[in-house]
Amino acid sequence: MPEREWLGSDAVSRLQVVSGKGGTGKTTVAAALALALAREGRRTLLVEVEGRQGIAQLFGTEALPYEERKIAVAPGGGGGEVYALAIDAERALLDYLQMFYKLGSAGRALKKLGAIDFATTIAPGLRDVLLTGKACEAVRRKDKAGRFVYDHVIMDAPPTGRITRFLNVNDEVAGLARFGPIHNQAQAVMKVLKSPDTAVHLVTLLEEMPVQETADGIAELVEAGLPVGRVFVNMVRPHHLDEGTLREAAEGHRADIARALSRVGLGGARRGGLAERLVEPLLAQAAEHASRVELEREQRQVLAGLDVPTYELPLLGSGMELAGLYELATELRKQADADE
Amino acid sequence: MSEGGNTVGLDTPARLAVDALLDDPKTRIIVCCGAGGVGKTTTAAALGVRAAERGRKVVVLTIDPARRLAQSMGIDSLDNTPRKVAGVGGGGGELHAMMLDMKRTFDEIVESHADGERARAILANPFYQSLSAGFAGTQEYMAMEKLGQLRSKDDWDLIVVDTPPSRSALDFLDAPKRLGSFLDGKFIRVLMAPAKVGGRAGMKFLNVGMSMMTGTLSKLMGASLLKDVQTFVAAMDTMFGGFRTRADATFRLLQAPGTAFLVVAAPEPDALREAAYFVERLAAERMPLAGLVLNRVHGSDAARLSAERALAAAENLEEGGIVDQESGKAGPREAADDGSPGVDGAPQTSGEPDAPDPHHTDDARAVTEVDEITAGLLRLHAERMQVIAREQRTRDRFTSLHPEVAVAQVAALPGDVHDLAGLRAIGERLAAGVPAGT
Repeated sequence: MPEREWLGSDAVSRLQVVSGKGGTGKTTVAAALALALAREGRRTLLVEVEGRQGIAQLFGTEALPYEERKIAVAPGGGGGEVYALAIDAERALLDYLQMFYKLGSAGRALKKLGAIDFATTIAPGLRDVLLTGKACEAVRRKDKAGRFVYDHVIMDAPPTGRITRFLNVNDEVAGLARFGPIHNQAQAVMKVLKSPDTAVHLVTLLEEMPVQETADGIAELVEAGLPVGRVFVNMVRPHHLDEGTLREAAEGHRADIARALSRVGLGGARRGGLAERLVEPLLAQAAEHASRVELEREQRQVLAGLDVPTYELPLLGSGMELAGLYELATELRKQADADE
Repeated sequence: MSEGGNTVGLDTPARLAVDALLDDPKTRIIVCCGAGGVGKTTTAAALGVRAAERGRKVVVLTIDPARRLAQSMGIDSLDNTPRKVAGVGGGGGELHAMMLDMKRTFDEIVESHADGERARAILANPFYQSLSAGFAGTQEYMAMEKLGQLRSKDDWDLIVVDTPPSRSALDFLDAPKRLGSFLDGKFIRVLMAPAKVGGRAGMKFLNVGMSMMTGTLSKLMGASLLKDVQTFVAAMDTMFGGFRTRADATFRLLQAPGTAFLVVAAPEPDALREAAYFVERLAAERMPLAGLVLNRVHGSDAARLSAERALAAAENLEEGGIVDQESGKAGPREAADDGSPGVDGAPQTSGEPDAPDPHHTDDARAVTEVDEITAGLLRLHAERMQVIAREQRTRDRFTSLHPEVAVAQVAALPGDVHDLAGLRAIGERLAAGVPAGT
């Protein structure tokens, strides 16, 4: 088997799980990844498991039903396609009962009793078993010709704080239900999740709490024997001024800056003039920027110490729109190509 | 704070009076809720510090605080009871804080509601152990349970509670209800039936439908799991009434006038979409909403200089920085002549005598550096103004949906908060309610 590469290779992990602290943009990264991996006629499936309809909002479509639907074509031509599915635990359970036990009417009776409710909301872990189980089913599914229906399945997963427990739930359930169909199902799912077919990525920002959670998350994944993929550093901002330059500017050049501002039409440079009154606020903003840059530098070091490969995605100026998503997907391909 | 003030539009929402809320003795519970990653825990802690320093006896219940924040409040050990935070208070005020230990909370309920032997049986049941160790939902039940406990103790005159980082921000409202409907449901009676009548001898008293059902369940779950669940349910049987009563009581407590919900968000589309959804849900459940806390809002003391204007000026400087040029003279005239969308109406700009720089030609290199720095400052400013505009658009979308919701905007800090000084700074920004230039 060739060495595993991330994009573009047949050996790449077929289930890509994207987690991250809340607010780091994991749905966006998962969607960009689904677009990036759908190159050259490949087909990817983007799944969400938390019932938030984040994918639909991102792509500007109506709420996704429990049904695999094509939502986008990949950037740069080549016929790549992205499908999407919002996995619903209750529907997945009824499917499962139908598929394995032909329990059409008994399934309905169970539902009436409240057993389905119990299984999907109260019973420990069953909900997560169903969600991960459905995703693994899509990974393994083949068409009549014996080819995989989806080249890659990308999961917009629960946040970093819960990801290990979420993925590992099958181990726990297999321990609870020591034999029987639930036990077998849980073991089959675990086999996929712990294989090289799976990669778990974590999305972070260059801020202290998300980076700390990323470090903790990686440690937990490793301990649980789950395959860690990459760290995606999201919303990276450009740097305009380094701290030294800034300090120098603040020290002796206030009047010069005021004059420069004035020269390009921003008002008077003398005391009380408009240009002069801009200098202090501009320097204050720059000082804030510099301390941010310094914090980001520290966080980059922490990430480097984790020894997990990273990709960086830029902060998009215009907010998250579809065009921005394609921009991110193209950026991911570029970085992946540079890696190879 | 703001000297620009030109962006205040018709849809500027009412300002949330944070201090008035904290000072009002009738405010007994503040619930901070919202999407993940918006600063709920920090907001709850900052409100607690501020209320204590304004003289109230406060307890903050946090769910999953960042390690350094927990350390700064001295609650990094998990003993599941509130501890006094040193160095906060004054004027009779005190701050206590605790971090929720959901397993411990669940165990305590079992221990206090079942006799010794039954309690031991429950605690040893594998099904119980998984349930209590924190599968989806447990944290929500236990947070609400703990809130009920703290309130009934009556040791504090204000409880500030953080909500769990749920799949959806609404889980903590739904979880106790779900538990209630499960406990009232038929399913639990089916589960309990065989264990109750006790083994084989009793089976014949079950009607055919029920035994078919348990047969199906056994086939699905495996007999051993079903047995664990049945044992668990039977052992918990006597406690269920208490569970339901308390879940109902907590729900009513949340609806009571002494409770104030604060929806916390960041000025990003996802977080505000969730906030809007939450506002609607709270209204539907008749839960009292005090307002929206919008964290990490950017402002600028130079807001009168627009992004476009700053970028144009930066380009101008970068192009003309090396050769001394005519722009020295053209600059101020331009400023005087144009309609000045970015710079406020400025009589003194016309004919600035000191604007063109005479020693520019003498020391071209030094001036070039200054030009570069200045251009950098202007680009940074342009970026900041773009961020502000984007945040305002996002906020306005929320405000037009929910003009009735009062808003406190909290100016962004450059770094994370993990000490009391940082929490005080956040508290001040919360009370001010508006960042510069917005």
